[in-house]
Amino acid sequence: MQPIRTRLVTTVAAFSALLVIALVVGPVIGSTHISLARVFDRSIPFADNLDAQIFFIARLPRVIAAALVGGALAASGVVFQALLRNPLASPDTLGVSAGAALGAMVAITFHFDFAFAGLPVIPLSSFAGSLCALGVVYALAAARHRGLSTTVLLLAGVTMTAFITALILFTQYLADFTDTFRTVRWLMGVLDIGGYAPVLAVLPMLLVAFGLFATLPRALDLISLGADAAASRGVNVPRTERTALVGASLATGAAVAIGGPIGFIGIIVPHMVRLVVGSDHRLVLPASILFGATFLIASDLVARTLFAPVEMPVGVITALVGGPFFLWLLLRSFR
Amino acid sequence: MLRAANISFAYRGIRTTRSPASAGRHVRNVVLNDVSLHVERGDLVGILGPNGSGKTTLLKLLGGVYSPASGTVTLDNRPLAAWTRRDIARRVAFVPQETQAPFDFTVIDIVLMGRFPHLGAFALEGPEDLDIARRALEATGSAPFEQRAFSTLSGGEKQRVVIASALAQSPQLLLLDEPTAALDIGHQIEVQTLLRRLNADRGVTMVLSTHDLNLASALCRRLVLLKDGLVVGFGPTEEVLTPDAIRTLYNVDAVVERHARTGRLTVVPIGRT
Repeated sequence: MQPIRTRLVTTVAAFSALLVIALVVGPVIGSTHISLARVFDRSIPFADNLDAQIFFIARLPRVIAAALVGGALAASGVVFQALLRNPLASPDTLGVSAGAALGAMVAITFHFDFAFAGLPVIPLSSFAGSLCALGVVYALAAARHRGLSTTVLLLAGVTMTAFITALILFTQYLADFTDTFRTVRWLMGVLDIGGYAPVLAVLPMLLVAFGLFATLPRALDLISLGADAAASRGVNVPRTERTALVGASLATGAAVAIGGPIGFIGIIVPHMVRLVVGSDHRLVLPASILFGATFLIASDLVARTLFAPVEMPVGVITALVGGPFFLWLLLRSFR
Repeated sequence: MLRAANISFAYRGIRTTRSPASAGRHVRNVVLNDVSLHVERGDLVGILGPNGSGKTTLLKLLGGVYSPASGTVTLDNRPLAAWTRRDIARRVAFVPQETQAPFDFTVIDIVLMGRFPHLGAFALEGPEDLDIARRALEATGSAPFEQRAFSTLSGGEKQRVVIASALAQSPQLLLLDEPTAALDIGHQIEVQTLLRRLNADRGVTMVLSTHDLNLASALCRRLVLLKDGLVVGFGPTEEVLTPDAIRTLYNVDAVVERHARTGRLTVVPIGRT
């Protein structure tokens, strides 16, 4: 076996290459054919250059949003799985995405369009929602002391999601017609954000989240073998748990604030990555961020082009792939 | 090297007992009460006691995984509370009764995790750490399955790998929670031999809990007898392991004889008192 340093370099290089390909190919392909020569032709004024407008205003922000959302959701999945010692944990199965969606919904519906301490309120409210949902699930896990069994985890997640969905429906009931149209589409998981503002708004939260994640991988390896065992190997378990929970809530909150509760990324991506790089979180976490980004760009590409010129919500695509995948994992976990 | 002075401990919240007198009120479930003991360098101490007597809790308190509600545990004359987790882990390693990996770690992955307290925050294991891990695998006879997935190992193999992971911590003190509980008699002897050799050859001090009185007699130089969170006996194995002690601990009548071939005390349970 190669030493960890070599494996880390090859892993990051390979998954970065995949992401670069997706980032380059993503904005070029779409329902309308555009010519790259025209896009970068400086002699045509931007206002008259339809190809450049499609590239820079419609597609590029969308591809960047897909990359950030995919990376954030995949990383959150990795963190939840290690912390709860259960490979079926993810922002969706735990109801954390639903919590974030409720937070964002409330902010959108009641027009909290202002900024708080320099940050826009919608992503902050989304973060608060995911943190609350996670707090409930984690209290359950802590009470169990040995992590959550698959049964308890899924039941808690289903209950949490059902409860929060009721609150989301109630919020919608209070909203007026135009807002309802907007939020219903957003709840399906969409990335046609039409500009860079939504991405820039959540960028600070994402940077903090990824910064927190960077401190975690080795501690996650140890915690996945049991909290007491990890403590006896020198891990500061309470501090690691706090860092991980805040980081994952920030990442999920930011991702949901941009694209709505896009499902299954946090479960599909870490599993595919583990098949390739093994279980060491120093490889799994960065590879999942990079591959999550690639995966969501690709899914969104399918959503944009499959029934072109009609666009599907990308959340529908990830759910169509993720649902069967999840069932297969569930069957395997019963073996 | 390790000294526990009058330590007490209770689990809060979930593991509570309720009596009619305190209906509706959470009662603290006292697990350990005023326990004192000391472990000398090179010692091999066994903790005996019935189920629920607080053996595992005592081990976790000695390893600083839990903090006592009152009393202090001192390591090299310094209270554990004054050490960081990392500093404790460089000296004391803990082997839980059972280890399960939710992900497919390889055996060498698991053993390398023992290097955690010796590495800086973002440092990766180097060739030296791999050397230490390989030697720990060899010392426990688990070198042949270095590349196997941990979850595919048998109970005995897993136990040896986890001990190897603890050895990779380069500890002076090894705490083991019922190291042979899940093993068949062949693997029991194997682990027993391994522990005795580590103690004799490497000078690793050990404290282990066990239900196996004959293992305790064969392996341990001194015994701590624990019942309902109280120490009811502490001393050299030969003096402490008596029919009276076994009756006190387990309500079992037993014959304790010196075995003709092994020359060690052997316990034969006769029946419940």
